Amino acid sequence: MSFVTRGFHGRRRDDDGRLPPGQHLTGDFPVLSAGPTPRIPLDEWELWVATEDGTRHTWSWTELMALAADEPTVDIHCVTSWSKLDTTWRGVSLDTILADVETAADYALVHSYGGYTTNLPLEDLLDGKAWVAYEFEGDDLHPEHGRPARLLVPHLYFWKSAKWVRGIELMLEDSPGFWEQLGYHDYGDPWREQRYQGD
Amino acid sequence: MARAAIPGGLSARRAWRPARLLERRVESASATTLVLDVTDWPGHLPGQHVDVRLTADDGYTATRSYSLAAPAEGDRVEVTVQRVPDGEVSPFLCDVFQVGDAVELRGPVGGWFVWRPDQPGPVLLVAGGSGVVPLMAMLRARPAVGPPFRLVYSARQPDDVIYREELAALAGTDGVDVRHVFTRRGAPVGADGADGADGADGAGHVRPPGRLRSADLEGAGWGPADAPTCYVCGPTGFVEAAATILASAGHDAARIRTERFGPTGS
Ligand SMILES: Cc1cc2nc3c(=O)[nH]c(=O)nc-3n(C[C@H](O)[C@H](O)[C@H](O)COP(=O)(O)OP(=O)(O)OC[C@H]3O[C@@H](n4cnc5c(N)ncnc54)[C@H](O)[C@@H]3O)c2cc1C
Repeated sequence: MSFVTRGFHGRRRDDDGRLPPGQHLTGDFPVLSAGPTPRIPLDEWELWVATEDGTRHTWSWTELMALAADEPTVDIHCVTSWSKLDTTWRGVSLDTILADVETAADYALVHSYGGYTTNLPLEDLLDGKAWVAYEFEGDDLHPEHGRPARLLVPHLYFWKSAKWVRGIELMLEDSPGFWEQLGYHDYGDPWREQRYQGD
Repeated sequence: MARAAIPGGLSARRAWRPARLLERRVESASATTLVLDVTDWPGHLPGQHVDVRLTADDGYTATRSYSLAAPAEGDRVEVTVQRVPDGEVSPFLCDVFQVGDAVELRGPVGGWFVWRPDQPGPVLLVAGGSGVVPLMAMLRARPAVGPPFRLVYSARQPDDVIYREELAALAGTDGVDVRHVFTRRGAPVGADGADGADGADGAGHVRPPGRLRSADLEGAGWGPADAPTCYVCGPTGFVEAAATILASAGHDAARIRTERFGPTGS
């Protein structure tokens, strides 16, 4: 390491190697959003999955609640450089939601209430790696953290974990979402520091 | 795409560049402006930020984001850092970092929370605390004959106001309106006669201290029908509150752009 900032010692924290490069721990839960917080009444809420041939599957809030829930404990990493370890959630695995969906798609574009979108490979939503989460640390999600439900994909930077999730579009080809069009990375692996396009 | 490109090619924006401190300016009891010399700076748009990386002699690094406070002048860029008590990086930058010392910096980052001078319509800026920094960059970039700008700036008390004198001067400029909101303690009446700098409105009424409320964001020329682009920046709780007020007043969500700096107290 050739570059040194004179007089800077920093504060090392013992994270057992669980902190990806360039990240620091926070005890709070910061918020990254592009606009105001959408408010969605539960009786109007709906989750849809659309496949490449236009088939749509939908779940009402009651139907989502009827699906088997998981309670994952995961570390989360935001591209603005904070990480939070051992966060606990309750939600439905995407494996459960997509179980009966027929598709040959390789990519997903996730849509949110409020217009936000984010893209990721479909395989990153499968095999117990992603959830539609509706509780955080034992409580309903706070509105600014995605109430009533958000995507939770903890192995990627947290902007991929779309808040206020409303639909998943399955596609044969990748198509950039909101931050991705603005220069953020299409994949976003925190361990490879894929913050911006080209990283 | 019709949009002006964001300055700097991708690889240029991703590269870490040494940034040497040229000058520091104390702005308030808790905030300091750092003027940095960054080799081959590609330029930036008002509202964008940089990532700043500090490296200790054993290789340990810490990275934080800071908004660009002013339009670039060649290789000179400015950031304004508010000291967060017990913070790892901000107290170092405010108190220890000396003229001649260097950090590394990359950017500019962010293409959404920006004001483009060719963008039509009035601009409503809503700042909480150090959230004023990228909004000041927008005010500083506004041409003398430009669209109407209004800044509503919430701070705890008059001592915490950043860019105080420059804002007072700007408030006297045609087309610029500056309003202060104090949440804890306002200035004594008549303590500071500068336009609105004491929390008084144009008519000389002093606003009692308290959190931002809908009346603070209302006014002729600034309603939903006037279609201002709204830029809201500050701590998370403040941004949530302000964006909610604007959305409930009927401002189109697509015209409310937000940037959240840090965690809430709640
Ligand atoms: C896009 C972006 C732009 C930013 N622009 C600016 C800017 O122009 N000027 C500026 O001063 N800051 C800005 N920030 C915030 C900045 O990046 C740091 O978070 C801040 O300086 C604190 O870092 P620290 O290392 O001192 O504190 P840390 O060591 O990270 O945190 C110490 C404690 O303070 C809390 N904390 C962290 N940040 C804040 C905060 N902002 N307010 C209150 N409590 C906090 C932490 O949760 C922790 O409990 C920006 C952040 C983002 C994401």
